[in-house]
Amino acid sequence: MSSNKKYWKSVEELNENSSLIETLQQNEFVEEIPTDEFLGDKDSLESSSTSRRDFLKYVGFSTAAASLAACEGPVIKSIPYVVQPKEIIPGVANYYATTIADGYDFASVLVKTREGRPIKIENNTDAATNGMANARVHASILGLYDNLRVKAPTKGGSAISWDTFMAETTSKLDVLKAEGKEIAILTQTFSSPSTRNLIADFKEEYTNVRHVEYDAISESKTLEAFQAKYGEYAMANYDFSKAMTIVSVGADFLGDWQGGGYESGYAKNRIPQNGKMSRHIQFESNMSLTGANADKRVPMTGSEQKLALAKLYSYVTGNSVGGSLPEGLDKAVRSVASEISKAGSNAVVVTSIQDINAQTVVLELNEYLKSKAFDPKTTVKTRRGNDNAVKSLVNDMKAGKISAIIMAGVNPVYTLPNSSDFIEGLKKTELSISFSMKEDETSSECQYIAALPHYLESWGDYEFKKGHYSLMQPTIRPLFDTKQFQEVLMGWTANQQSYRDYIKLIWSEDILNGASFNKAVQDGVFVSSYDEMGDYDKLEENNSGNEDDIEMPSGNAARALASSAKSKGMELILYPKVGMGDGQQANNPWLQEFPDPITRTSWDNYLAVSKADADTMGFVNENVANGGLNGSYANVTVNGVTVSNIPVIIQPGQAKGTVGLAFGYGKTKGLKQEMQTGVNAYPLYQNFSSVQNVTIEKASGMHEFACVQLHNTLMGRGDIIKETTLEIFNTKDKNYWNAIPKVSKDHIETPVTSPDVDLWDSFDRSIGHHFNLSIDLNACTGCGACVIACHAENNVPVVGKSEMRRSRDMHWLRIDRYYSSQDSFEGDNEKKDNISGLSSSLSEFGEMESPADNPQVAFQPVMCQHCNHAPCETVCPVAATVHSRQGQNHMAYNRCVGTRYCANNCPYKVRRFNWFLYNKNDEFDYYMNDDLGRMVLNPDVTVRSRGVMEKCSFCIQKTQKTILDAKRAGRPVEDGEFQTACSAACGNGAMVFGDINDESSKIAELKEDDRAYHLLESVGTKPNVVYQAKVRNTAKA
Amino acid sequence: MKHVIYRNLTSKILSFGFIFFLTFSISLNAQDETAATAGDPVNGKSLFNANCAACHKLNKPMTGPALANVEQRLYDEEGLDREWLNKWIRNSSALIKSGDAYANKVYNEWNQVAMNAFPQLTDQQITDILAYTAAPPPAPVVADTAVAQEGGGAQGGISNEIILGALAVLFGLLAMALIVVKRTLNRFADAKGIPVVEEGEKRLPLWKAFAQNQFLVLVTSIFFLLSSGYFVYGYLMQVGIDQGYEPVQPIHYSHRIHAGDNGIDCKYCHSSARVSKHSGIPSLNICMNCHKAIGEVAEVTQQEGINEYGVDYNAEIQKLYKAVGWDESTQSYTGETAPVEWIRIHNLPDLAYFNHAQHVSVAGVECQTCHGPVEEMEIMYQHAPLTMGWCINCHRETNVNVKDNGYYTKIHEELSKKYGVDQLTAAQMGGLECGKCHY
Repeated sequence: MSSNKKYWKSVEELNENSSLIETLQQNEFVEEIPTDEFLGDKDSLESSSTSRRDFLKYVGFSTAAASLAACEGPVIKSIPYVVQPKEIIPGVANYYATTIADGYDFASVLVKTREGRPIKIENNTDAATNGMANARVHASILGLYDNLRVKAPTKGGSAISWDTFMAETTSKLDVLKAEGKEIAILTQTFSSPSTRNLIADFKEEYTNVRHVEYDAISESKTLEAFQAKYGEYAMANYDFSKAMTIVSVGADFLGDWQGGGYESGYAKNRIPQNGKMSRHIQFESNMSLTGANADKRVPMTGSEQKLALAKLYSYVTGNSVGGSLPEGLDKAVRSVASEISKAGSNAVVVTSIQDINAQTVVLELNEYLKSKAFDPKTTVKTRRGNDNAVKSLVNDMKAGKISAIIMAGVNPVYTLPNSSDFIEGLKKTELSISFSMKEDETSSECQYIAALPHYLESWGDYEFKKGHYSLMQPTIRPLFDTKQFQEVLMGWTANQQSYRDYIKLIWSEDILNGASFNKAVQDGVFVSSYDEMGDYDKLEENNSGNEDDIEMPSGNAARALASSAKSKGMELILYPKVGMGDGQQANNPWLQEFPDPITRTSWDNYLAVSKADADTMGFVNENVANGGLNGSYANVTVNGVTVSNIPVIIQPGQAKGTVGLAFGYGKTKGLKQEMQTGVNAYPLYQNFSSVQNVTIEKASGMHEFACVQLHNTLMGRGDIIKETTLEIFNTKDKNYWNAIPKVSKDHIETPVTSPDVDLWDSFDRSIGHHFNLSIDLNACTGCGACVIACHAENNVPVVGKSEMRRSRDMHWLRIDRYYSSQDSFEGDNEKKDNISGLSSSLSEFGEMESPADNPQVAFQPVMCQHCNHAPCETVCPVAATVHSRQGQNHMAYNRCVGTRYCANNCPYKVRRFNWFLYNKNDEFDYYMNDDLGRMVLNPDVTVRSRGVMEKCSFCIQKTQKTILDAKRAGRPVEDGEFQTACSAACGNGAMVFGDINDESSKIAELKEDDRAYHLLESVGTKPNVVYQAKVRNTAKA
Repeated sequence: MKHVIYRNLTSKILSFGFIFFLTFSISLNAQDETAATAGDPVNGKSLFNANCAACHKLNKPMTGPALANVEQRLYDEEGLDREWLNKWIRNSSALIKSGDAYANKVYNEWNQVAMNAFPQLTDQQITDILAYTAAPPPAPVVADTAVAQEGGGAQGGISNEIILGALAVLFGLLAMALIVVKRTLNRFADAKGIPVVEEGEKRLPLWKAFAQNQFLVLVTSIFFLLSSGYFVYGYLMQVGIDQGYEPVQPIHYSHRIHAGDNGIDCKYCHSSARVSKHSGIPSLNICMNCHKAIGEVAEVTQQEGINEYGVDYNAEIQKLYKAVGWDESTQSYTGETAPVEWIRIHNLPDLAYFNHAQHVSVAGVECQTCHGPVEEMEIMYQHAPLTMGWCINCHRETNVNVKDNGYYTKIHEELSKKYGVDQLTAAQMGGLECGKCHY
C-alpha cells in the first residue's frame, strides 16, 4: 500500500523556495572541504622534502622491511645453573609444607615450587588443624611477588644496611635501658613458642619492656570470658563434625570467627548420610556466609542477639532472665531452645558477640549441654589480642611514658579507631621501629622500617591449638634484603644462633619429646599427645570430677547480658569480608577481584542496608544500561566520627534496623592506586566493639559497583539448583524431588537423557579415562577458596574494576548465589506452579524477581561443564574447541580467532573472552606487567593473549601429569590421584574429581547418587560436571 | 686459500723437524737414564697411565701435583730420597700419620686429600714410573703417522682444488686462444678481401620468434607462474621453521666428541629428560664431573679440531673453567662464576606443551629420532622441523610402547579389541587430541 505521506526533517523543507534546502541537497558536506588549501599549493608541495612519491616509497619500504624482519626468529638464550641444587629438576615441581601465620590467617599449607619459585598454595591434608587454606591463604602467594614490598631496612625513608640498622637500634636500646625507660613491643598474635621465648629473652635483657599483642579485629572478650572460667587466656575449640544441632548467635564460623578453620568440620555433617544431617540455626544481623548456609536464619539486631542468647540460655537451663523479645523472635528462640534441649550433647551454641557475659553464657550453655562439639581443653591460640592492654599502651604513649616502640606484623595507624592518638603517641617515642613488608600507614610514621620477609621466605613455629604445632619453612631465598622479627630480636639479645637452629633447640627441648625435627619440618605439623602436658591434668581433674552432675550455672552472666541489651536506634555491624579479612592483603589483586560470596561485588566494601531501611532513608540501587550496578552514598557517624561516602548496597536478609560494613578496605599507603578501594571502617570500630549505634544520612551522587551478579532470585527454576528438604529426601522417591526432565518426542514424554531424543551420536567414552567432577551443594559453603586456587593454577588474569563492571571478569570458576523470593525456594516453586493466566503471570513473575526480606540462599560453583554434547563445539568456525575422549572439552587458544560464537552458544555462560592483552600490559597494572609478579605464573599453562576465548580445562595440565606419573611408574592411576585445582582446594569435600570409568572410584559412585543432577539437564548437553542436589534440614521448623 | 696452505706447510715442516729432533735427543737421554737407574720409561708410561694419571699430570697440577722430574726435584729441594718416595707411594697416609714433616706439608697443601695407596707396585715398577716422569718417551710413532696422514689428507683436498683451478685456467686460456684465432682469421679475411658470411642477420632472432608464438609464451608464462608460486609457497611455509638452525654457541661444545667418540649416554648429561618435560641443559657441575680431570684434550683431538673445525678445544675447556670458576693451578673453585648463556636451538612456541619424560621414559623413543645424529654433530643444530605436522605424523605412525607397563594393560586390551589391531598407535590412544599438547 503506497502512501503519499511526505516526511520532512525540518520546517525549512516546507518552504519550497528555500535555497538552503537546494544547497543541502546538492552538497554532501555543509562546509567546503579545504582540499585546495593543502593540495592546490603546488609550490609548497614540490618544495616539501617528502613528496607523495617519497611517502609511498617509505610506506612500501617499511612494510616490506617489517614483514621481512618478522620472518627472522628471535634469539632465545638458555642459562643453566652453574651448580644445580640437587632437589631442583627443571620442569618438576617440589612441594614444601609450611605455615601461614600473619596474625589473621593461620593455616598449614603445602607450597608448590617450580624451578625454585613458589607458584601455588595447597592444602596440607596431613594437618589435623587448620590444614585447609581459605581464599586469602590461597591468594597470599601473590604477596611474595608484590613489587611494593619494602626491599631493605629504611631510616627516615632512605634505605640503610642491616648492619647500620642493628648498630643504631642496639645502641639506642642500650641507652634507654641504662636510663630505665620503658620499651613497648606491639605485635600481632604470634602464638609461636620460639617467639614467646625470644620476647622473654628481650624482656630480660632490657628489663623495662612491655609486650602487647594486638588483633586488628578483636576477640578480646572471648578470651577474657574463657580466662575467667578456665584460667587460660585462650579460646575454646569447637568440632562441628560432632554437632548435629548448631546454633549460632551472630558467629560467622564459616568465615573468620575466632580465627576460622571450622568449615571442614561443619561440612562433614551437612551431607545427608543414613537420612541424617546436622541442623544449623543462625541468629544474625548481616547476611553472612554462615547465615546463608543455615537451615534456619533469623535476622535480628545486635542488641536483640544479646537478648536472644540470654533467653535461649534461660529456656534451656530454666534460669529466668529479664527483658523481652518481640513476639516472633521469642517464638523462634523458644523453638530453638527446645531443639537444643532435645539434641542434648549433640547440640552446640556459639556466638561472636564481643561481650564477656555473652561469651560466658555460651561457655556455660555448652558445658551444661555437655556438648560433644565443645572442647575447652584443646584451646585455640590464634587470637591473643588484648583490648585493654592496647588501650593503655596508646594512653601511655600519648602521655609520653613509652620511650621506644617496636611493632611487628601490625598496622595500628590503619586499624586502630583512635589512630590519631596513636600517631601522637608515636611522635613522643624516642625510638620507633616497624617490622613490616610494606611502607604502610604505620611504618611510614616510624623512624625505622625493618623490612620483613614474606612468610614463604621465613622460618617459624606456631601452636594453633594446644598441642597442635605447625612449622614454617622458607620455600625460596629472600627476594630482598629482609630479616625476620625474630632474627632481629636474637641480634638484640646477642643470640648468635640462626633462627632455624633456635627453633630446633626450642622444639627438641619442649615440644618434640624425642620425635624427629626433620620429620616435623617435612610434615609441617606436629601433634604432641595430651598426657605429657602437665597443665592439662589439672583441667582434666576439675572437669571429670563434675562429670556426673554438672554444676547448675548461676545464670548471672545471662541476666547481666539481658540487661545490657539495649538498643538505641540504628545499629552498625562491622564484619570482615571473606576476600579481604582484616585488610592486610589489600594490595592483592586476586582478592580485590574476588567477588564477595554474598553480594557478588568486587573491588569495594559497602554499607549493607535492608530493603525496608533503604526505602525509608531514600537509598537506591539501580542497574544501568551496561548491566552495572549503581548505588547511593551514605555518611555514617558513630560518636562524632563520620565516615562519608560509603556506597550502599541493598542486602536481602539484612536485619531491619541494622547496617553492615566490612573492614579491610580504604587503605591508602603501601598499595597500588588501583587497589585503593572502598572506605576504611576501622575509625568506626570504637572500643573494639563490632556493634555500634550510628546515625546515617544520605549523601549525594551514585557509586558504580563492580558487581558480577545482580540481587535477583532463582525464579523457581529448579533446573539450576535442585533443592529439597530432609523430610522429603528421606521419605519420597528420587523422581519426586530429583526428576529427570522430560521432553516430548512423537507426543510421548521421554526423559531427556534418553538417546532417542538426542541429536547427536555419542562418542564411545567407555575406554580410558572419563573425567567427571561432582559438586555437592550441601557441602559447599561458598567460601571461594576454589576460585582463588583456580586463579593461581590457570594464570587467570585480573581485569580490574571497570572491566568487572562490564561483566568481563575472567574467572574460570564462579560461585553463583541465588536468593529465594518467598521465605524459601520451596515457596518460590509453589508460587510459580500456581501462576496461571496472563494477569497473574505478569504481576507474580514480577514479584518473584525481587528477593524476600529473609531469603534462603543457595551457592553453586559453576565452571565449564565439559558437556559431552557441547553447544560451543558445533559453532566454532575454526574447530578451536573440540572434544576429547577423556571427557574434557579442549580449548586450543592458538587456533581461536575470537568470534565469541561459542560463548554465545554456551548455556552456562562459562566462557571468557580476552578483551585485552592482560599480561605485560601497563594498562593492567596488577601483577602480570612486572617481572616480579609474573614469577607466580604456572609454567605449564599458556598465558593467553588478546582476542582468544578461554575457559576451565578441568585442569588438563594436572590430569595429564597424573597420567604421566602413572605411566612412568608403570601402574594404573589410583582413585583420588586425579585432582583439579578446585577439587584439591576444597577442604569441605564438596568437590570430588575423578575417573568414572574406574568403577570403584568415589566419583563413579557419586555420579549415580540419588542426589546427582546436571545443570540445565533439559538442554541435553550431557555435562561432565554433576551436582548433588541441596537438602535442607528444615523439617523441625 | 693460499694462507691455509702456507700455514699447513709450515706447521708440517715444523712438526717433522720437531719429531726428528726429539727422536735424537730422547734416544740420547734414554741412554743416560738407563745407565743411571735402569728404569724403563716405556713401561713406566703404561704404569703411569694406569695408576697415576687419574690424579697427576707431568707438567700440570691436577688433583695432585705435577710429577715431571719428581724424584730429582724432591732430592734437590727437600733432600728426600727414593726410600721416602717408595713409602709415600705405597702408603701415603701411614707416612702422614707417622708425622713426617714434608708428607704432612704436601697433604695440607693439596686440600687434605690423601693419595691412594699402591702397595702392589714393585721397586722396579716405581723405578720405571719415575724414569718416565724424569723423561717421558716419545709419543708412539702411530700417532705421528696419523697426524702426518691427516695432514696429507688435508693437502690432498687442497691439491684437488689446485687441479681444478689449473683446469679452469687452462680452459680460460683455450677460450682466449680460440677468440684470438678467430680474430686473426677474420683479419686475414679482411686483408684478403674475402667476405665473411654473416648468416644471422637474415634469420629472425630467436626471442622474436618466441614472442610471436603465442602458445609458447602462454605455456612458458604458466610454467613460470607455477614455479614461482611453488617457490613462494615453499618460502612462506618455512617462515618460523628453523630446521638446520645452528647458532654459534658461547662455548664450542662438540657432541661428536662427547656422545660420539666417547660414547657418553645422552641422559648422563640431560638427565632430567627422564623425569621432566625439559631435557635440561646440563649445569656446569655436570661438566666438571669429568673436566675436573680433563683439562686438555688428546693431542690428536686438538689437531683435528684445529685442522677440521678451526677450533682450539683446549681453549674451549678453559672457557668452561672460567664460567664455573675453576682454578686449575690450585685445583679449586674460586667461587667466581659466570653462567654460560647458551643459545637455545629447539624453540617450541609457548602454546605447545611437550614433555620429554613421556617420550623418553614411557615411549622409549631414541633421542636421535627427533634430534638427529647428535653423535655426529660437531655443533648442535636443529634436525627436525618441529612443526605440528611433523609431530602428528609421528603420532600416527608410531606404536605405543605398552610392554610391561601396568598403566596400559587395561586400556590397550580394550582399545585393540575396538580397533581390531595388535599394536596401537599414539593417535589411536588419543595422541591427536588438541588438548594433549595445547593448554
